[in-house]
Amino acid sequence: MAQKVEFKGKVFEVDEDGFIQSFDQWCPEWVEFVKQSEGIEELTEGHWKVIHMLQDYYQKHGIAPMVRILTKVTGYKLKEIYELFPSGPGKGACKMAGLPKPTGCV
Amino acid sequence: MAKLPKSDELFQSIDHTPPEKWWMDVPVEFRPGTYCYAAKPQYLETVDMPFPREWRPTDEDWKLPPNWREIFLEGMRERLERFRTFRVFMDICVRCGACADKCHFFIGSGDPKNMPVLRAELLRSIYRRYFTKSGKLFGRTGGARDLDEETFKELWYYFFQCTECRRCSVFCPYGIDTAEITIIARELINLLGCNIDWIMGPVANCYRTGNHLGIQPHAFRDMIEFFCDEIEEVTGIRPEPTFNRKGAEILFVTPSGDVFADPGTYTCMGYLMLFHELGLDYTWSTYASEGGNFGFFTSHDMAKRLHYKIYAEAKRLGVKYIIGGECGHMWRLIHQYLNTFWGPPDFLEVPVSPITGTKFEHAKSTKMIHVVEFTADLIKHGKLKLDPSRNDNRIVTFHDSCNPARAMGFFEEPRYVLKHVCNNFVEMPPETTREQTFCCGAGSGLNTDEYMEMRMRGGLPRANAVKYVHEKFGVNTLACICAIDRAVFPPLMDYWVPGVDVAGLHELVGNALVMKGEKKRTTDLRGEPLPGMEDVEDEDL
Repeated sequence: MAQKVEFKGKVFEVDEDGFIQSFDQWCPEWVEFVKQSEGIEELTEGHWKVIHMLQDYYQKHGIAPMVRILTKVTGYKLKEIYELFPSGPGKGACKMAGLPKPTGCV
Repeated sequence: MAKLPKSDELFQSIDHTPPEKWWMDVPVEFRPGTYCYAAKPQYLETVDMPFPREWRPTDEDWKLPPNWREIFLEGMRERLERFRTFRVFMDICVRCGACADKCHFFIGSGDPKNMPVLRAELLRSIYRRYFTKSGKLFGRTGGARDLDEETFKELWYYFFQCTECRRCSVFCPYGIDTAEITIIARELINLLGCNIDWIMGPVANCYRTGNHLGIQPHAFRDMIEFFCDEIEEVTGIRPEPTFNRKGAEILFVTPSGDVFADPGTYTCMGYLMLFHELGLDYTWSTYASEGGNFGFFTSHDMAKRLHYKIYAEAKRLGVKYIIGGECGHMWRLIHQYLNTFWGPPDFLEVPVSPITGTKFEHAKSTKMIHVVEFTADLIKHGKLKLDPSRNDNRIVTFHDSCNPARAMGFFEEPRYVLKHVCNNFVEMPPETTREQTFCCGAGSGLNTDEYMEMRMRGGLPRANAVKYVHEKFGVNTLACICAIDRAVFPPLMDYWVPGVDVAGLHELVGNALVMKGEKKRTTDLRGEPLPGMEDVEDEDL
């Protein structure tokens, strides 16, 4: 069920797991907001590299990239992605990048 | 999201002592981790399902329509007339309890309402109250009860704690198919717009894009091309798959999980390698881009609606027949529903392997064969060059996925293939395999993260059998032929049996397959060094 959260003057509609309901709502404030709840201390270049890759792919393909494409394109191993985003590529990185959760046999 | 208890804590918490109160007096408790989120209204709207709205299972008010009881009971009446099985199953249960301890959810939760007999009784009590004389006369004493909102919530909770795996049915002396009771119960729930999000999302996506994940044609192609890049890296050979190609001999359809989620993606690479090596005249479809059908977990009508795209595409492309990938419930639909839903697809031909000439007579009425039987036939005729030692780092056991096992008796073919592509294969105890196989704990659309505690509970019996062979024989790989399995088992293994990997069968085939003109392979499909090649990569670097 959609809920509203407010952060730095912006209002976001989020689902039960805290993903924003649509990519259009994404803005840099959202990253800051998720950063806190994900327990990420400092946003590094690495974080942004992953976020930008996810967003580019999503804009082109309408879906998040499979993890293997993410690791190949960014050059980060899955372990390193987890170091950057403790909740992992889906619940951490995709959430921050404003992408929806994948569904089905996944 | 609910916090998942540690595995030893969860194990300690399982108590099979029934409560002292009569079951009708035990209220349902919506504990986080044991129920799924409600479907988003936009998903219902996409496929014109009734009563789309925002609601939460924990809300006091589910915003049911004012005449919800009439809708439910009228729906029940219609189905009692339409489905003879449903009426028979409502009538004939003698509550012997043979099914009680056969359910993975009961074993893992200890909740008596997860005994299949009592889960069905939740609905049966309503059947008695409104559709039988004894129930109308004797009420509660006759095992009947009124349908009120609390009862409806209880039905919702427990019919989304059944995976329609049908293990209990194997043990029922009357042959009551509990999955069919769950299917009807979920239909009734859907009349009131109360599906879960993890089922409804894939249904809406599938209707819109042809697959559960919502992969659009160009993205689908991009993903398959990515696998071709990867295959080229490992083998030096690049498959050249085609898409939506009219006049191909064969259409290949697999669950979209295989083209997106690990470890299914490695299985997908296995298919691509095999078909390339054979020079098979086949095509992928970016429209029939899903083997699974979450409509089946919603209602018969939705299953029927989403199911036919595979055949419509086969007709459009003018192929002779279809090969289906390593999917679970797709095979139940093909074998047990296709002809009732749509009649025989007579525009296709009885499948004949172009390599061996084998005519798959048993697929006469469906014109669709399982990729594993296709491969087993190739091996039987000596058409594949295999080097099973490339899988020597794996000690493999095989999980019979519920639907291929119990809905099509698919026991021998996967084992035959496994024994030819790896040297170390071990069976789990017989009471947990073949027709008695234990569910992965999250089939029928329950493989969602907010439900993790229930998944770990439901998956415990399967994991326990894996643990046994892991400790006794050093099993480190659980092979399976279902995309839900491949998605569900990795966290289940990490939780109960750390150190066991999950692999689709055709991933292991891909590793073992010796391709014409391939370079010397140093890694498996995952990029890990092959057995005996551990140092080679370092030297190369």
